[in-house]
Amino acid sequence: MFLDFFLLLKNDGLPVTINEYLTLLEALDSEIVEYNVDDFYYLSRSILIKHEQHIDRFDVLFGRYFRGIETIDNEQFMKIPEEWLRRGMERILTEEDMAFIKAMGGLDKLMDRLKELMNEQKKRHAGGSKWIGTGGTSPFGAYGYNPEGIRIGQTESRNRRAVKVWDKREFKNLDDSVELNTRNMKMALKKLRLLTREGREEELDLDKTIEKTSKNAGVLELEMIPSRKNNVKVLLFLDVGGSMDDHIEICAQLFSAAKYEFKHLEYFYFHNCLYESVWRDNTRRWDERIPTFEVLHKYNNDYMVILVGDASMSPYELMYTNGSVEHNNDEAGFTWLTRLKNQYPRMVWLNPVPVDYWRYTQSIHVLREFMENRMYPLTLAGIQDAIKALKTKTRTVKIN
Amino acid sequence: MKFQGTDTYISTRELDLSVNAAITLQRPLLIKGEPGTGKTLLAFEVAKALKKNLISWHIKSTSDAQQGLYEYDAVSRLRDSQLGYEGVENIANYIKKGKLWEAFEAEDQVVLLIDEIDKADIEFPNDLLLELDRMEFYCYELQLTVVAKHRPIIVITSNNEKELPDAFLRRCFFHYISFPDKETLTSIVDVHYPGLENKLVDSALKLFYEIRDIPGLKKRPSTSELIDWLKLLIFGKITSKELSSIDLTKGMPPYSGSLLKNEQDHELFGNMGYRFRR
Repeated sequence: MFLDFFLLLKNDGLPVTINEYLTLLEALDSEIVEYNVDDFYYLSRSILIKHEQHIDRFDVLFGRYFRGIETIDNEQFMKIPEEWLRRGMERILTEEDMAFIKAMGGLDKLMDRLKELMNEQKKRHAGGSKWIGTGGTSPFGAYGYNPEGIRIGQTESRNRRAVKVWDKREFKNLDDSVELNTRNMKMALKKLRLLTREGREEELDLDKTIEKTSKNAGVLELEMIPSRKNNVKVLLFLDVGGSMDDHIEICAQLFSAAKYEFKHLEYFYFHNCLYESVWRDNTRRWDERIPTFEVLHKYNNDYMVILVGDASMSPYELMYTNGSVEHNNDEAGFTWLTRLKNQYPRMVWLNPVPVDYWRYTQSIHVLREFMENRMYPLTLAGIQDAIKALKTKTRTVKIN
Repeated sequence: MKFQGTDTYISTRELDLSVNAAITLQRPLLIKGEPGTGKTLLAFEVAKALKKNLISWHIKSTSDAQQGLYEYDAVSRLRDSQLGYEGVENIANYIKKGKLWEAFEAEDQVVLLIDEIDKADIEFPNDLLLELDRMEFYCYELQLTVVAKHRPIIVITSNNEKELPDAFLRRCFFHYISFPDKETLTSIVDVHYPGLENKLVDSALKLFYEIRDIPGLKKRPSTSELIDWLKLLIFGKITSKELSSIDLTKGMPPYSGSLLKNEQDHELFGNMGYRFRR
């Protein structure tokens, strides 16, 4: 019945299963809901969606699927007196829209053209650039792309209700493909906790020991459990300055999040690319530098490395000696990155630049390849993937 | 019988629908939402509205699934056997029934609340899959399969501290209680303090939403904080006039401690006033 709808959700990456679809049908069959779209929306959301971060995408898809059903057909539309349309339109249109309409020859001319078209057109229509209908670029119809268009049968004028529930998109900031904000960052933190549950069995589990000993008729049997200590060790390297200025806020959020989450967190700053020294206090970066070799020696390979940077630099900065924009470096940035990678095989790169733009920057390509594709966008979903990747190791590479 | 909120609990149409769908199709209902929007309360109110008993199982970080089924007290049995007590040969005397067993055994259908399921270990929900699906479990010590006489109405709440496993989610209905809009909030207040001066509620709500909108708050006050705050306002005989004359940029409203619950938020609030004054 709603198979198209189900497939639409599935194809757009929402994790819905056939079982849930059957449950939905079962629910419809049991007549819990009244037959209106609002109830169906609530019901299907409750059954099909299990994460608040998916609700927004669901809202969008629901809107897309049911728009066609919602719009009135032209038979009815023909009966609407012109006066109504005009009044409705004046209410809907913004100042800018009105200016556009003027550019097209004024409202009257638009109305004339509308009438003309209505006489010509006999069937319901969607898409296209001329006819009245939905989703097209013609100035007439609903949900179209023409700014000077007349919205026919769109939610506002028809239902006497501001916006449909799913059109409000209240759950937008819970969507995990948008960039992190404070709330989402907290959620991401919780993802990081996944890591912290691992460890050797080293604490005595008193209850279990007593239980086992008792079952063993008094012969002592020790039972151990992993300690609950947070023994994940992380080195965080943050790119500052230059092209990173656009991303300062989000990096600060990630930093405070990570600082709060890990006991063993060491952080260092670098500029554009990692070279022979890093620093910890950005205000005194010229005075208090730490040689990168010292970092490599001090922290053993238990540590995981998270690099945060936009990876956008000129290839010279990465590949050549003396390529740095700030100083003369004896060894290329790439050499230093390779050393880092060899020492810490569990390493990922978080990039605040949206994925869609990655292919335009050559250095991102190079570094992504170098990281064995372990570069992730600095979004909730990206961090999640990065955490997963941190559990496996990268290959060792020879420095030539 | 349909759930439609109670005289002490205002629910939205969408919440009613989720609850009724879960009851009719006999699936557990998973409730998430901001702290203080009435997740736990929902189970109590469902039980009240449908006139059913409520069994609540509050999950802690140390809880495991077995505790909900039953616990075998081997230590007591060992001690008793050494002391030669009666009944020690009957293992059933040392089986302590858990909440789930209680719910399965009840003569009438009950509402079972599994509160804050995310507090427990990550594997916890997975360990309950079969039990929630088939509504039965096997007790090894007694070699007995416990089957639910009536499938209980199960309400599960989560605060999002941990991800719940997909297999578990698949079996639940899900509802996210979003923060109520002004209309709903007014009727919620009305339910808690009937006959409260309208103007007082208005100005209190106005202040409340203003505080909620302050960017960067660590914990935004929610419904339960509002209810507490109103109680204090009534108790302190604050008039609507006093309340409406408060300017958030100049100072805090009275009893703001019940709205903002951590130091940093109070500090932020103070700083904000300072910034505006300059």
